[in-house]
Amino acid sequence: MSLLQEAEAPADPPTPASPRRSSGGLGLGRYILVRALLIFPTVLILVTLVFFLMRVVGDPITASVGGRLTEAQLQERLEEAGYLRPIWVQYVEYLGQIFTGNFGRTITDNREIGDILVQYGGATLELVFYALIVAFLVGVPLGMVAAYFRDRAPDAVLRILAILAYATPVFFAGLLLKLLFSVWLGWLPLGGRASSRVQLALGRLDDPTGIYLIDALRSGNSIIIGDVLAHAVLPGLALGLLTAGVFLRLVRTNLISTLGNEYVDAARSRGVSEFRLVRKHAYKPALIPIVTVMGLQIAMLLGGAVLTETTFAWRGLGFQLAQYLGDRDFVAVQGIVALLAVIVALTNFIVDVIAAIIDPRVRY
Amino acid sequence: MAEPRAKRSLASRLPVISHIRQSSGLQRGMLVAGTIITLAFVLVALLAPLIAPYHYNENRDADGPFPTQEAPNAEHLWGTTVGGYDVLSRVIWGTQTALLVVIIAIALSIVIGVLLGLVSGYLGGWIDRVLVVIADAIYPFPTLLLAIVTSIVLAGGRSTLWSGILAAAVAITVIFIPQYYRVIRAEAVRLKSEAFVESARVLGTSTGRILFVHVLRNSTRSIPLILTLNASEAILTLAGLGFLGFGISPTTAAEWGYDLNRALADTASGIWWTGVFPGAAIVLLVLGLTLMGESLNDIADPKLRLRRRRKGTDLPAVQGGAA
Repeated sequence: MSLLQEAEAPADPPTPASPRRSSGGLGLGRYILVRALLIFPTVLILVTLVFFLMRVVGDPITASVGGRLTEAQLQERLEEAGYLRPIWVQYVEYLGQIFTGNFGRTITDNREIGDILVQYGGATLELVFYALIVAFLVGVPLGMVAAYFRDRAPDAVLRILAILAYATPVFFAGLLLKLLFSVWLGWLPLGGRASSRVQLALGRLDDPTGIYLIDALRSGNSIIIGDVLAHAVLPGLALGLLTAGVFLRLVRTNLISTLGNEYVDAARSRGVSEFRLVRKHAYKPALIPIVTVMGLQIAMLLGGAVLTETTFAWRGLGFQLAQYLGDRDFVAVQGIVALLAVIVALTNFIVDVIAAIIDPRVRY
Repeated sequence: MAEPRAKRSLASRLPVISHIRQSSGLQRGMLVAGTIITLAFVLVALLAPLIAPYHYNENRDADGPFPTQEAPNAEHLWGTTVGGYDVLSRVIWGTQTALLVVIIAIALSIVIGVLLGLVSGYLGGWIDRVLVVIADAIYPFPTLLLAIVTSIVLAGGRSTLWSGILAAAVAITVIFIPQYYRVIRAEAVRLKSEAFVESARVLGTSTGRILFVHVLRNSTRSIPLILTLNASEAILTLAGLGFLGFGISPTTAAEWGYDLNRALADTASGIWWTGVFPGAAIVLLVLGLTLMGESLNDIADPKLRLRRRRKGTDLPAVQGGAA
């Protein structure tokens, strides 16, 4: 996600243009309906793209086990899996499967992609949640500070820091954090989602959710909660700081433009202090664009999660994706990527609806 | 591009230089700093064979193999990796790989994106609608995932120097095309109804000529901005691909992301030099490019441009954009 996209986003929310064009003065209900219908072409295009791109290379079986089988065995496996049929037949079949929620089976360990989501999705969700907390706690207040000191030294420093946050790849940030806090200071664990004993204890809970934070809180054991949180700090920071930089810039730009509004001028003329103007008057309207660009941020966080999870051996969807990439199991990769496409399309829909509820201007 | 309008010399019309002239204060500082950092990297890339103490895949010399995971010392200024490679040399050669990939990626995406944008914006019709929907669908998708898929397709296991570099470049291209496409399309739609385009059409000028002479030349003003910002994103995507093991194989070229992946295992034992140096190189290069792109963006936007404070006189009229 480039800086340019962020910069453009407030003026041009990632909503496709058609609902805005067609809904002159129509209500929220219709906006939501049109927006919901747009999910289908979006998912269809992405899934189609992924399908045909992956098939250009050849079939996934040859890619993963090709070298280890004889020609006859290979042909048999291909026949069995249906890869020898015309590509269009396979495509239609694949679309039908996706439509019914079946994303295929992995080659290396023969598991349903859906099961992988159930098992590892929670971990990724948890990581994204921590990252968002860091991003809000760090990004929003610092953005306000930068807007308050516009074009003066603190603003310049904060802007450079925001660019640095963008310029640092999450895996390098993770590596530095690990070096500093785990290796040299020894304060925090090197990686993983919990230490092995805690993981066992969590596994013994009835009906574990897979989201360790919730499971740990349910166990009510302070040692377990502490262990889970200690493991979350560094991955959350590494992924969160990237987004914090984005939030900082957004809040700053939007606060500055809101501060130029007439109602703020009116408040200023009544003698309201500049600090109070930032804190009370201009703050809320300036947060709206954050909601509007959240959709893009979720996509960026998911991409970042793949790298963060690999860095910290955080066993989530991204870590799993990287594993399958390493094993050249392209059915699994295709399945996970298609699944993520659906997730991204759905979150974008939800974010757009929330944005439309908060800010009526989005609907038009 | 246009005939010289006397007075303004070529140098003052080049994108970055003309921007520096327009800017002031912090923005000028950022632009100059960004330009210097970027140029320094370009220089390092060009001179890599001269300044790198060893070759990127050299892990022994006449006295035998290099020690592995050795801390920085006089012989190996930035230490050696687990495979016995010299970190400094790999970082220097990595600059070459990074810039090469970025240049190819951006050249490809500009050509394709601009062509599609021109045709789609000017001609309209069903092509336009289909392309807009596709661009909108790709836009919110995690770029790294798309790059992974593309690089699987292109590299498919093989990775010689050029196929690796091309694969990474094309993978990055795929995610950038929609950006150029959107910008150029918007410009083409705007220009389509301008009087000079209409008169050209009335005079019977061919569509191709209108597209490439009249529309294209007037729709490129925002390209330098996207270009610099994309370049920084391209570096990050390349590093991400390398980090996941999907970039360029280590024996064919030096690549920072791959080196960081290798360095990950070293951190647990406190070996910092294998990761910190390539990582710092990524941050610095991205920082330089972003500073450039950012300040170009601000300077081109009259609302964000800082103006020189002049006592007693009115502010000079703001020129719209960076023509």
